Amino acid sequence: MVNTLIQVEHLSRTYGSLQAVNSINFELSQGEVLGFLGPNGAGKSTTMQMITGNLAPSQGRIKICGIDLLEQPKLAKAEIGYLPEQPPLYRELTVDEYLQFAARINRIARNKVATVVDRAKQRCGLEQTGKRLINNLSKGYQQRVGIAQAIIHSPSIVVLDEPTVGLDPIQIREIRDLILELGKEHGVILSTHILPEVQMTCDRVQIISQGQLVYADRIENLNQRMQATSLVIGLQNSPMTDALAAIDQVDAIDDLGDGRWRIHYQPENSPAEILVTQAVEYNWGLYELTPEYKSLEQIFVDITTAEQMHSQQLNLEEQVA
Amino acid sequence: MMIFTLAQRELRSLFLSPLAWSILAVVQLILAYLFLTQLNEFLTLQAQLKMIEGAPGATDLVILPLYGSATFILMMVVPLLTMRIISEERRSRSLPLLFSAPLSMSEIIIGKYLGIFSFLIMMIFMISIMPLSLLFAGNIDLGLLAAIVFGLILLVAAFAAVGLYMSSLTQQPTVAAVSTFGILLLLWIIDWAGAKTGEDGASELLGYLSMLRHYEGLAKGVFSSADVIYFILFISTFLILSIRRLDADRTKG
Repeated sequence: MVNTLIQVEHLSRTYGSLQAVNSINFELSQGEVLGFLGPNGAGKSTTMQMITGNLAPSQGRIKICGIDLLEQPKLAKAEIGYLPEQPPLYRELTVDEYLQFAARINRIARNKVATVVDRAKQRCGLEQTGKRLINNLSKGYQQRVGIAQAIIHSPSIVVLDEPTVGLDPIQIREIRDLILELGKEHGVILSTHILPEVQMTCDRVQIISQGQLVYADRIENLNQRMQATSLVIGLQNSPMTDALAAIDQVDAIDDLGDGRWRIHYQPENSPAEILVTQAVEYNWGLYELTPEYKSLEQIFVDITTAEQMHSQQLNLEEQVA
Repeated sequence: MMIFTLAQRELRSLFLSPLAWSILAVVQLILAYLFLTQLNEFLTLQAQLKMIEGAPGATDLVILPLYGSATFILMMVVPLLTMRIISEERRSRSLPLLFSAPLSMSEIIIGKYLGIFSFLIMMIFMISIMPLSLLFAGNIDLGLLAAIVFGLILLVAAFAAVGLYMSSLTQQPTVAAVSTFGILLLLWIIDWAGAKTGEDGASELLGYLSMLRHYEGLAKGVFSSADVIYFILFISTFLILSIRRLDADRTKG
Protein backbone atom coordinates (compact mmCIF):
# COMPACT_ATOMS: atom_id res chain seq x y z
CA MET A 1 0.00 0.00 0.00
CA VAL A 2 1.27 3.43 -0.86
CA ASN A 3 1.26 5.68 2.13
CA THR A 4 0.63 9.35 1.37
CA LEU A 5 2.76 11.51 3.64
CA ILE A 6 2.14 14.99 2.33
CA GLN A 7 -0.91 16.29 0.58
CA VAL A 8 -0.77 19.87 -0.60
CA GLU A 9 -3.83 21.48 -2.13
CA HIS A 10 -4.02 24.86 -3.82
CA LEU A 11 -1.20 26.26 -1.76
CA SER A 12 -0.61 29.97 -2.31
CA ARG A 13 1.45 32.63 -0.65
CA THR A 14 1.64 36.33 -1.31
CA TYR A 15 4.11 38.83 0.08
CA GLY A 16 2.27 42.11 -0.27
CA SER A 17 1.57 42.30 -3.97
CA LEU A 18 4.14 39.65 -4.90
CA GLN A 19 2.67 36.24 -5.61
CA ALA A 20 5.49 33.97 -4.44
CA VAL A 21 3.64 30.66 -4.71
CA ASN A 22 0.52 30.25 -6.77
CA SER A 23 -1.92 27.40 -6.19
CA ILE A 24 0.45 24.46 -6.01
CA ASN A 25 -0.82 20.89 -5.64
CA PHE A 26 1.32 17.86 -4.97
CA GLU A 27 1.69 14.69 -2.94
CA LEU A 28 4.52 12.73 -1.46
CA SER A 29 4.44 9.01 -0.70
CA GLN A 30 6.52 6.96 1.68
CA GLY A 31 9.88 5.81 0.35
CA GLU A 32 9.98 8.51 -2.26
CA VAL A 33 12.48 11.28 -2.94
CA LEU A 34 10.82 14.27 -4.51
CA GLY A 35 13.00 16.86 -6.20
CA PHE A 36 11.95 20.48 -6.30
CA LEU A 37 13.67 22.25 -9.13
CA GLY A 38 13.55 25.89 -9.96
CA PRO A 39 15.62 28.98 -10.60
CA ASN A 40 16.34 31.40 -7.76
CA GLY A 41 13.25 33.18 -6.53
CA ALA A 42 10.89 30.65 -8.08
CA GLY A 43 9.17 29.92 -4.78
CA LYS A 44 10.98 26.73 -3.74
CA SER A 45 12.01 27.95 -0.31
CA THR A 46 8.65 29.58 0.32
CA THR A 47 6.93 26.27 -0.42
CA MET A 48 9.31 24.40 1.88
CA GLN A 49 8.77 26.94 4.67
CA MET A 50 5.03 26.51 4.34
CA ILE A 51 5.00 22.73 4.47
CA THR A 52 7.24 22.78 7.54
CA GLY A 53 5.08 25.31 9.38
CA ASN A 54 7.61 28.14 9.30
CA LEU A 55 5.37 30.29 7.16
CA ALA A 56 1.60 30.50 7.12
CA PRO A 57 0.08 30.01 3.66
CA SER A 58 -2.18 32.72 2.27
CA GLN A 59 -4.43 30.02 0.88
CA GLY A 60 -4.60 26.28 0.59
CA ARG A 61 -4.31 23.19 2.72
CA ILE A 62 -1.38 21.09 3.86
CA LYS A 63 -1.89 17.63 5.28
CA ILE A 64 0.99 15.85 6.94
CA CYS A 65 0.29 12.12 7.36
CA GLY A 66 -3.40 12.99 7.23
CA ILE A 67 -3.10 15.70 9.93
CA ASP A 68 -3.92 19.26 8.95
CA LEU A 69 -0.82 21.36 9.57
CA LEU A 70 -2.79 24.53 10.23
CA GLU A 71 -5.33 22.99 12.57
CA GLN A 72 -3.04 20.73 14.59
CA PRO A 73 0.42 22.17 14.10
CA LYS A 74 2.05 20.34 17.01
CA LEU A 75 0.94 16.87 15.88
CA ALA A 76 1.84 17.56 12.27
CA LYS A 77 5.23 19.10 13.03
CA ALA A 78 6.27 16.01 14.99
CA GLU A 79 6.32 14.17 11.65
CA ILE A 80 8.60 16.65 9.91
CA GLY A 81 12.32 17.27 9.94
CA TYR A 82 13.47 20.41 8.20
CA LEU A 83 16.82 21.72 7.07
CA PRO A 84 16.44 25.32 5.87
CA GLU A 85 18.77 26.91 3.35
CA GLN A 86 20.95 28.08 6.17
CA PRO A 87 21.27 25.39 8.85
CA PRO A 88 19.63 26.63 12.09
CA LEU A 89 22.59 26.12 14.42
CA TYR A 90 23.52 27.42 17.84
CA ARG A 91 27.16 28.05 17.20
CA GLU A 92 28.14 28.38 20.84
CA LEU A 93 27.12 24.78 21.58
CA THR A 94 28.98 21.57 20.84
CA VAL A 95 27.54 19.13 18.32
CA ASP A 96 26.39 16.81 21.12
CA GLU A 97 24.73 19.56 23.12
CA TYR A 98 23.01 20.91 20.05
CA LEU A 99 21.68 17.53 18.94
CA GLN A 100 20.53 16.73 22.48
CA PHE A 101 18.58 19.97 22.50
CA ALA A 102 17.11 19.23 19.07
CA ALA A 103 16.06 15.78 20.29
CA ARG A 104 14.45 17.19 23.42
CA ILE A 105 12.38 19.85 21.66
CA ASN A 106 11.18 17.15 19.26
CA ARG A 107 9.76 15.31 22.24
CA ILE A 108 12.26 12.47 22.49
CA ALA A 109 12.06 10.98 26.00
CA ARG A 110 15.00 11.91 28.20
CA ASN A 111 16.28 8.33 28.52
CA LYS A 112 16.30 7.84 24.75
CA VAL A 113 18.11 11.05 23.87
CA ALA A 114 21.60 9.53 23.97
CA THR A 115 20.71 6.64 21.64
CA VAL A 116 18.93 8.94 19.21
CA VAL A 117 21.82 11.39 19.12
CA ASP A 118 24.33 8.61 18.52
CA ARG A 119 22.27 7.22 15.69
CA ALA A 120 21.87 10.59 13.97
CA LYS A 121 25.60 11.28 14.34
CA GLN A 122 26.47 7.92 12.88
CA ARG A 123 24.14 8.39 9.91
CA CYS A 124 25.58 11.80 9.14
CA GLY A 125 29.22 10.85 9.72
CA LEU A 126 29.62 13.01 12.81
CA GLU A 127 30.99 10.37 15.20
CA GLN A 128 34.33 12.13 15.61
CA THR A 129 32.96 15.65 16.03
CA GLY A 130 30.59 15.28 18.99
CA LYS A 131 32.73 17.29 21.42
CA ARG A 132 33.58 20.08 19.02
CA LEU A 133 31.99 23.51 18.95
CA ILE A 134 29.69 23.97 15.97
CA ASN A 135 31.26 27.34 15.33
CA ASN A 136 34.64 25.70 14.67
CA LEU A 137 33.34 23.16 12.17
CA SER A 138 33.75 23.53 8.43
CA LYS A 139 30.77 24.43 6.29
CA GLY A 140 30.33 20.83 5.19
CA TYR A 141 30.23 19.56 8.73
CA GLN A 142 27.85 22.30 9.80
CA GLN A 143 25.58 21.19 6.98
CA ARG A 144 25.75 17.63 8.28
CA VAL A 145 24.84 18.81 11.76
CA GLY A 146 21.87 20.53 10.13
CA ILE A 147 20.82 17.28 8.49
CA ALA A 148 21.37 15.34 11.72
CA GLN A 149 19.05 17.79 13.45
CA ALA A 150 16.39 17.22 10.78
CA ILE A 151 16.41 13.43 11.09
CA ILE A 152 16.98 13.16 14.82
CA HIS A 153 13.39 12.25 15.72
CA SER A 154 13.02 9.83 12.75
CA PRO A 155 10.31 11.94 11.15
CA SER A 156 8.16 10.51 8.36
CA ILE A 157 9.13 13.42 6.16
CA VAL A 158 12.51 15.05 5.74
CA VAL A 159 12.57 18.41 3.97
CA LEU A 160 15.96 19.58 2.76
CA ASP A 161 16.36 23.01 1.22
CA GLU A 162 19.43 23.09 -1.05
CA PRO A 163 21.44 20.71 1.14
CA THR A 164 24.55 20.62 -1.04
CA VAL A 165 25.13 24.33 -1.60
CA GLY A 166 28.66 25.41 -0.77
CA LEU A 167 30.06 21.91 -0.26
CA ASP A 168 33.04 20.35 -2.00
CA PRO A 169 32.48 17.51 -4.50
CA ILE A 170 33.30 14.75 -2.02
CA GLN A 171 30.94 16.15 0.58
CA ILE A 172 28.27 16.56 -2.08
CA ARG A 173 28.58 12.90 -2.96
CA GLU A 174 28.37 11.87 0.67
CA ILE A 175 25.28 13.96 1.25
CA ARG A 176 23.66 12.55 -1.89
CA ASP A 177 24.29 9.02 -0.61
CA LEU A 178 22.75 10.04 2.68
CA ILE A 179 19.67 11.40 0.90
CA LEU A 180 19.32 8.14 -1.06
CA GLU A 181 19.52 6.22 2.19
CA LEU A 182 16.98 8.48 3.88
CA GLY A 183 14.65 7.97 0.92
CA LYS A 184 14.40 4.28 1.73
CA GLU A 185 12.60 4.84 5.03
CA HIS A 186 11.38 8.40 5.03
CA GLY A 187 9.72 10.55 2.46
CA VAL A 188 12.21 13.15 1.33
CA ILE A 189 11.64 16.50 -0.33
CA LEU A 190 14.73 18.08 -1.76
CA SER A 191 14.99 21.50 -3.32
CA THR A 192 17.85 22.40 -5.57
CA HIS A 193 18.79 24.25 -8.68
CA ILE A 194 21.45 21.68 -9.57
CA LEU A 195 19.89 19.40 -12.14
CA PRO A 196 22.23 16.37 -12.02
CA GLU A 197 21.53 16.19 -8.30
CA VAL A 198 17.88 15.54 -9.05
CA GLN A 199 18.80 12.92 -11.67
CA MET A 200 20.98 11.11 -9.19
CA THR A 201 18.83 11.17 -6.10
CA CYS A 202 15.17 11.71 -6.91
CA ASP A 203 12.31 9.40 -7.88
CA ARG A 204 10.08 12.25 -8.96
CA VAL A 205 10.70 15.77 -10.13
CA GLN A 206 8.67 18.92 -9.88
CA ILE A 207 9.76 22.05 -11.65
CA ILE A 208 8.56 25.29 -10.20
CA SER A 209 8.84 28.60 -11.94
CA GLN A 210 7.42 31.96 -10.87
CA GLY A 211 5.42 30.32 -8.13
CA GLN A 212 3.74 27.74 -10.33
CA LEU A 213 4.33 24.06 -10.90
CA VAL A 214 5.21 23.80 -14.56
CA TYR A 215 6.29 20.18 -14.68
CA ALA A 216 5.79 17.16 -12.47
CA ASP A 217 6.74 13.65 -13.49
CA ARG A 218 8.75 10.58 -12.61
CA ILE A 219 12.48 10.84 -13.18
CA GLU A 220 12.44 8.06 -15.83
CA ASN A 221 10.06 10.10 -17.95
CA LEU A 222 12.25 13.11 -17.56
CA ASN A 223 15.23 11.05 -18.65
CA GLN A 224 13.24 9.88 -21.65
CA ARG A 225 12.50 13.44 -22.56
CA MET A 226 16.22 13.99 -22.54
CA GLN A 227 16.84 11.34 -25.15
CA ALA A 228 18.86 12.29 -28.13
CA THR A 229 17.47 13.78 -31.28
CA SER A 230 20.92 14.48 -32.61
CA LEU A 231 24.33 12.86 -32.91
CA VAL A 232 27.80 14.07 -33.73
CA ILE A 233 29.77 12.31 -36.42
CA GLY A 234 33.46 12.83 -37.20
CA LEU A 235 34.86 11.81 -40.57
CA GLN A 236 38.44 12.00 -41.80
CA ASN A 237 37.66 11.98 -45.51
CA SER A 238 34.78 14.37 -45.51
CA PRO A 239 32.11 13.63 -48.07
CA MET A 240 29.92 16.28 -49.55
CA THR A 241 27.15 17.49 -47.23
CA ASP A 242 24.67 16.29 -49.83
CA ALA A 243 25.77 12.69 -49.32
CA LEU A 244 24.83 12.94 -45.66
CA ALA A 245 21.63 14.83 -46.32
CA ALA A 246 20.60 12.15 -48.78
CA ILE A 247 20.11 9.64 -45.96
CA ASP A 248 16.41 9.25 -45.24
CA GLN A 249 16.43 9.60 -41.47
CA VAL A 250 18.49 12.78 -41.45
CA ASP A 251 16.47 15.91 -40.79
CA ALA A 252 19.13 18.58 -40.76
CA ILE A 253 22.89 18.91 -40.67
CA ASP A 254 25.14 21.44 -38.94
CA ASP A 255 28.77 21.66 -40.01
CA LEU A 256 30.92 21.84 -36.90
CA GLY A 257 34.21 22.18 -38.86
CA ASP A 258 37.19 19.78 -38.87
CA GLY A 259 35.08 17.12 -40.55
CA ARG A 260 32.55 17.00 -37.71
CA TRP A 261 28.86 17.29 -38.23
CA ARG A 262 25.85 17.37 -35.98
CA ILE A 263 23.02 15.35 -37.46
CA HIS A 264 19.46 15.94 -36.31
CA TYR A 265 16.78 13.31 -36.62
CA GLN A 266 13.29 12.47 -35.42
CA PRO A 267 13.01 10.64 -32.08
CA GLU A 268 13.37 6.85 -32.33
CA ASN A 269 14.59 7.19 -35.89
CA SER A 270 18.34 7.12 -35.48
CA PRO A 271 20.46 7.11 -38.61
CA ALA A 272 23.52 5.80 -36.76
CA GLU A 273 23.52 2.33 -38.34
CA ILE A 274 23.19 3.59 -41.89
CA LEU A 275 25.84 6.21 -41.30
CA VAL A 276 28.28 3.52 -40.19
CA THR A 277 27.58 1.22 -43.15
CA GLN A 278 27.92 4.12 -45.56
CA ALA A 279 31.08 5.33 -43.89
CA VAL A 280 32.63 1.90 -44.41
CA GLU A 281 31.31 1.58 -47.95
CA TYR A 282 32.58 4.96 -49.17
CA ASN A 283 35.63 5.03 -46.96
CA TRP A 284 34.78 8.25 -45.10
CA GLY A 285 37.24 7.46 -42.31
CA LEU A 286 34.80 7.43 -39.40
CA TYR A 287 36.52 8.38 -36.14
CA GLU A 288 33.68 9.64 -33.96
CA LEU A 289 30.03 8.83 -33.52
CA THR A 290 28.50 10.27 -30.38
CA PRO A 291 24.80 10.26 -29.56
CA GLU A 292 23.88 13.56 -27.93
CA TYR A 293 21.66 13.88 -24.88
CA LYS A 294 19.61 16.86 -24.17
CA SER A 295 20.90 18.14 -20.90
CA LEU A 296 18.48 18.56 -18.06
CA GLU A 297 19.41 22.22 -18.24
CA GLN A 298 18.05 22.42 -21.75
CA ILE A 299 14.80 20.76 -20.77
CA PHE A 300 14.57 23.00 -17.80
CA VAL A 301 15.03 26.08 -19.95
CA ASP A 302 12.58 24.68 -22.52
CA ILE A 303 9.89 24.14 -19.93
CA THR A 304 10.33 27.38 -18.06
CA THR A 305 10.57 29.56 -21.16
CA ALA A 306 7.57 27.79 -22.70
CA GLU A 307 5.68 28.59 -19.54
CA GLN A 308 6.75 32.21 -19.67
CA MET A 309 5.74 32.49 -23.32
CA HIS A 310 2.40 30.96 -22.47
CA SER A 311 1.72 33.37 -19.65
CA GLN A 312 2.85 36.31 -21.76
CA GLN A 313 0.44 35.19 -24.41
CA LEU A 314 -2.34 34.98 -21.87
CA ASN A 315 -1.51 38.48 -20.70
CA LEU A 316 -1.62 39.75 -24.24
CA GLU A 317 -4.96 38.09 -24.82
CA GLU A 318 -6.28 39.60 -21.64
CA GLN A 319 -5.09 43.01 -22.71
CA VAL A 320 -6.73 42.60 -26.11
CA ALA A 321 -9.95 41.46 -24.51
CA MET B 1 8.21 20.29 30.02
CA MET B 2 9.39 21.75 26.74
CA ILE B 3 9.44 25.16 28.40
CA PHE B 4 12.15 24.00 30.79
CA THR B 5 14.22 22.50 27.99
CA LEU B 6 14.11 25.85 26.21
CA ALA B 7 14.85 27.76 29.41
CA GLN B 8 17.80 25.51 30.15
CA ARG B 9 19.25 26.05 26.66
CA GLU B 10 18.81 29.81 26.98
CA LEU B 11 20.56 29.86 30.34
CA ARG B 12 23.37 27.68 29.05
CA SER B 13 23.95 29.93 26.04
CA LEU B 14 24.03 32.94 28.34
CA PHE B 15 26.76 31.40 30.45
CA LEU B 16 28.69 30.41 27.33
CA SER B 17 28.97 34.05 26.35
CA PRO B 18 31.47 36.30 28.10
CA LEU B 19 28.79 38.99 28.31
CA ALA B 20 26.84 37.30 31.11
CA TRP B 21 29.95 36.64 33.17
CA SER B 22 31.27 40.16 32.82
CA ILE B 23 27.88 41.63 33.72
CA LEU B 24 27.71 39.44 36.82
CA ALA B 25 31.21 40.50 37.80
CA VAL B 26 30.75 44.22 37.20
CA VAL B 27 27.42 44.42 39.00
CA GLN B 28 28.80 42.50 41.95
CA LEU B 29 31.88 44.66 42.12
CA ILE B 30 30.03 47.97 42.05
CA LEU B 31 27.42 46.87 44.57
CA ALA B 32 30.05 45.38 46.87
CA TYR B 33 31.87 48.71 46.85
CA LEU B 34 28.66 50.59 47.66
CA PHE B 35 27.82 48.06 50.35
CA LEU B 36 31.19 48.44 52.01
CA THR B 37 31.10 52.25 52.00
CA GLN B 38 27.61 52.23 53.48
CA LEU B 39 28.69 49.72 56.08
CA ASN B 40 31.73 51.79 56.94
CA GLU B 41 29.60 54.86 57.42
CA PHE B 42 27.17 52.92 59.57
CA LEU B 43 29.98 51.68 61.81
CA THR B 44 31.30 55.19 62.42
CA LEU B 45 27.81 56.42 63.25
CA GLN B 46 26.95 53.39 65.34
CA ALA B 47 28.12 54.78 68.64
CA GLN B 48 25.98 57.91 68.32
CA LEU B 49 22.97 55.94 67.06
CA LYS B 50 22.99 53.84 70.19
CA MET B 51 22.13 56.91 72.23
CA ILE B 52 18.95 57.61 70.31
CA GLU B 53 15.76 55.73 71.06
CA GLY B 54 14.28 54.01 67.96
CA ALA B 55 17.17 55.04 65.73
CA PRO B 56 17.45 53.49 62.27
CA GLY B 57 19.40 50.21 62.26
CA ALA B 58 21.64 48.44 59.79
CA THR B 59 18.67 47.43 57.66
CA ASP B 60 17.69 51.03 57.02
CA LEU B 61 21.14 52.50 56.71
CA VAL B 62 22.98 49.78 54.77
CA ILE B 63 20.52 47.43 53.11
CA LEU B 64 17.98 49.92 51.78
CA PRO B 65 20.55 52.10 49.97
CA LEU B 66 22.18 48.92 48.58
CA TYR B 67 18.95 47.76 46.95
CA GLY B 68 18.21 51.31 45.86
CA SER B 69 21.39 51.33 43.82
CA ALA B 70 20.79 47.76 42.69
CA THR B 71 17.48 48.67 41.04
CA PHE B 72 19.09 51.42 39.03
CA ILE B 73 22.09 49.33 37.99
CA LEU B 74 19.84 46.45 37.00
CA MET B 75 17.76 48.79 34.89
CA MET B 76 20.88 49.46 32.84
CA VAL B 77 22.09 45.88 32.81
CA VAL B 78 18.94 43.88 32.06
CA PRO B 79 18.59 45.34 28.53
CA LEU B 80 22.09 44.03 27.79
CA LEU B 81 21.10 40.56 28.91
CA THR B 82 17.80 40.42 27.08
CA MET B 83 18.88 42.08 23.85
CA ARG B 84 20.01 38.90 22.15
CA ILE B 85 17.22 36.53 23.15
CA ILE B 86 15.31 36.67 19.88
CA SER B 87 17.12 39.20 17.70
CA GLU B 88 20.28 37.09 17.66
CA GLU B 89 18.35 33.97 16.68
CA ARG B 90 16.61 35.87 13.97
CA ARG B 91 19.93 37.15 12.67
CA SER B 92 21.67 33.79 12.71
CA ARG B 93 18.52 32.21 11.25
CA SER B 94 18.21 29.58 13.91
CA LEU B 95 14.53 30.26 14.59
CA PRO B 96 13.37 27.62 12.04
CA LEU B 97 14.73 24.98 14.43
CA LEU B 98 12.14 26.05 17.00
CA PHE B 99 9.40 26.79 14.49
CA SER B 100 9.56 23.39 12.82
CA ALA B 101 9.70 21.51 16.11
CA PRO B 102 6.39 20.62 17.76
CA LEU B 103 6.38 23.73 19.96
CA SER B 104 3.83 26.51 20.26
CA MET B 105 4.84 30.17 20.11
CA SER B 106 3.86 30.58 23.77
CA GLU B 107 6.17 27.73 24.76
CA ILE B 108 9.05 29.33 22.87
CA ILE B 109 8.53 32.77 24.43
CA ILE B 110 7.86 31.55 27.96
CA GLY B 111 10.80 29.14 27.78
CA LYS B 112 13.15 31.90 26.73
CA TYR B 113 11.72 34.24 29.33
CA LEU B 114 12.19 31.70 32.09
CA GLY B 115 15.78 31.18 30.99
CA ILE B 116 16.65 34.83 31.36
CA PHE B 117 14.54 35.12 34.51
CA SER B 118 16.47 32.37 36.25
CA PHE B 119 19.69 34.16 35.37
CA LEU B 120 18.34 37.32 36.98
CA ILE B 121 17.29 35.36 40.06
CA MET B 122 20.89 34.16 40.38
CA MET B 123 22.05 37.73 40.11
CA ILE B 124 19.67 38.88 42.85
CA PHE B 125 20.81 35.98 45.00
CA MET B 126 24.43 37.06 44.56
CA ILE B 127 23.51 40.59 45.58
CA SER B 128 21.53 39.38 48.59
CA ILE B 129 24.44 37.39 49.96
CA MET B 130 26.04 40.68 51.02
CA PRO B 131 23.26 41.88 53.39
CA LEU B 132 22.79 38.33 54.63
CA SER B 133 26.44 38.26 55.67
CA LEU B 134 25.54 40.91 58.28
CA LEU B 135 23.72 38.15 60.16
CA PHE B 136 27.11 37.02 61.43
CA ALA B 137 27.56 40.35 63.17
CA GLY B 138 24.11 41.18 64.38
CA ASN B 139 20.40 41.38 63.70
CA ILE B 140 18.77 42.61 60.55
CA ASP B 141 15.10 42.95 59.73
CA LEU B 142 14.61 39.74 57.73
CA GLY B 143 10.97 40.54 56.97
CA LEU B 144 11.89 43.82 55.36
CA LEU B 145 14.74 42.18 53.48
CA ALA B 146 12.38 39.53 52.13
CA ALA B 147 9.94 42.22 51.00
CA ILE B 148 12.68 44.15 49.24
CA VAL B 149 14.03 41.06 47.51
CA PHE B 150 10.53 40.08 46.44
CA GLY B 151 9.97 43.57 45.07
CA LEU B 152 13.27 43.51 43.25
CA ILE B 153 12.44 40.14 41.68
CA LEU B 154 9.12 41.50 40.40
CA LEU B 155 10.88 44.58 39.13
CA VAL B 156 13.60 42.79 37.14
CA ALA B 157 11.00 40.31 35.87
CA ALA B 158 9.19 43.33 34.42
CA PHE B 159 12.46 44.68 32.98
CA ALA B 160 13.12 41.32 31.33
CA ALA B 161 9.62 41.17 29.82
CA VAL B 162 10.13 44.56 28.16
CA GLY B 163 13.58 43.47 26.97
CA LEU B 164 12.21 40.26 25.50
CA TYR B 165 9.55 42.12 23.56
CA MET B 166 12.03 44.68 22.24
CA SER B 167 14.33 41.85 21.19
CA SER B 168 11.50 40.24 19.27
CA LEU B 169 11.00 43.40 17.22
CA THR B 170 14.41 43.64 15.63
CA GLN B 171 17.37 41.79 14.18
CA GLN B 172 19.89 44.11 15.84
CA PRO B 173 20.70 43.31 19.49
CA THR B 174 21.98 46.84 20.12
CA VAL B 175 18.75 48.38 18.89
CA ALA B 176 16.87 46.09 21.24
CA ALA B 177 19.10 47.09 24.16
CA VAL B 178 18.83 50.82 23.56
CA SER B 179 15.07 50.80 23.10
CA THR B 180 14.56 48.60 26.14
CA PHE B 181 16.60 50.97 28.26
CA GLY B 182 14.66 53.92 26.84
CA ILE B 183 11.31 52.40 27.74
CA LEU B 184 12.45 51.37 31.22
CA LEU B 185 13.84 54.80 31.97
CA LEU B 186 10.68 56.44 30.70
CA LEU B 187 8.47 54.19 32.83
CA TRP B 188 10.73 54.92 35.78
CA ILE B 189 10.48 58.69 35.59
CA ILE B 190 7.03 59.02 34.06
CA ASP B 191 5.51 60.24 37.33
CA TRP B 192 7.91 63.19 37.55
CA ALA B 193 6.13 64.83 34.66
CA GLY B 194 2.80 64.05 36.27
CA ALA B 195 3.85 65.69 39.52
CA LYS B 196 4.88 68.87 37.75
CA THR B 197 1.85 69.46 35.53
CA GLY B 198 -0.29 69.67 38.62
CA GLU B 199 -3.35 68.27 36.87
CA ASP B 200 -4.75 65.72 39.24
CA GLY B 201 -6.17 63.22 36.75
CA ALA B 202 -3.10 63.15 34.54
CA SER B 203 -0.58 62.93 37.33
CA GLU B 204 -2.53 60.18 38.99
CA LEU B 205 -2.59 58.15 35.79
CA LEU B 206 1.10 58.74 35.04
CA GLY B 207 1.94 57.99 38.63
CA TYR B 208 0.06 54.75 38.36
CA LEU B 209 2.01 53.76 35.27
CA SER B 210 5.34 54.42 36.95
CA MET B 211 7.23 51.29 37.92
CA LEU B 212 9.11 53.16 40.62
CA ARG B 213 5.87 54.01 42.43
CA HIS B 214 4.87 50.38 42.61
CA TYR B 215 8.29 49.19 43.61
CA GLU B 216 8.70 51.78 46.37
CA GLY B 217 5.81 50.34 48.36
CA LEU B 218 7.33 46.87 48.36
CA ALA B 219 10.76 48.25 49.13
CA LYS B 220 9.37 49.85 52.27
CA GLY B 221 8.03 46.48 53.34
CA VAL B 222 4.42 47.30 52.45
CA PHE B 223 3.06 44.27 50.67
CA SER B 224 0.19 45.61 48.60
CA SER B 225 -1.60 43.22 46.27
CA ALA B 226 -2.32 46.12 43.91
CA ASP B 227 1.43 46.55 43.32
CA VAL B 228 1.93 42.85 42.81
CA ILE B 229 -0.95 42.72 40.33
CA TYR B 230 0.51 45.73 38.51
CA PHE B 231 3.74 43.81 37.92
CA ILE B 232 1.99 40.60 36.95
CA LEU B 233 -0.17 42.47 34.44
CA PHE B 234 2.86 44.33 33.15
CA ILE B 235 4.83 41.12 32.61
CA SER B 236 1.97 39.23 30.98
CA THR B 237 1.22 42.12 28.64
CA PHE B 238 4.76 42.14 27.29
CA LEU B 239 4.92 38.36 27.07
CA ILE B 240 1.68 38.25 25.08
CA LEU B 241 2.95 41.02 22.81
CA SER B 242 6.14 39.00 22.22
CA ILE B 243 4.16 35.86 21.39
CA ARG B 244 2.08 37.80 18.91
CA ARG B 245 5.16 39.36 17.39
CA LEU B 246 6.83 35.99 16.93
CA ASP B 247 3.67 34.59 15.41
CA ALA B 248 3.68 37.49 12.96
CA ASP B 249 7.03 36.17 11.67
CA ARG B 250 5.12 33.15 10.48
CA THR B 251 2.10 34.91 9.01
CA LYS B 252 3.75 37.99 7.55
CA GLY B 253 7.05 36.37 6.63
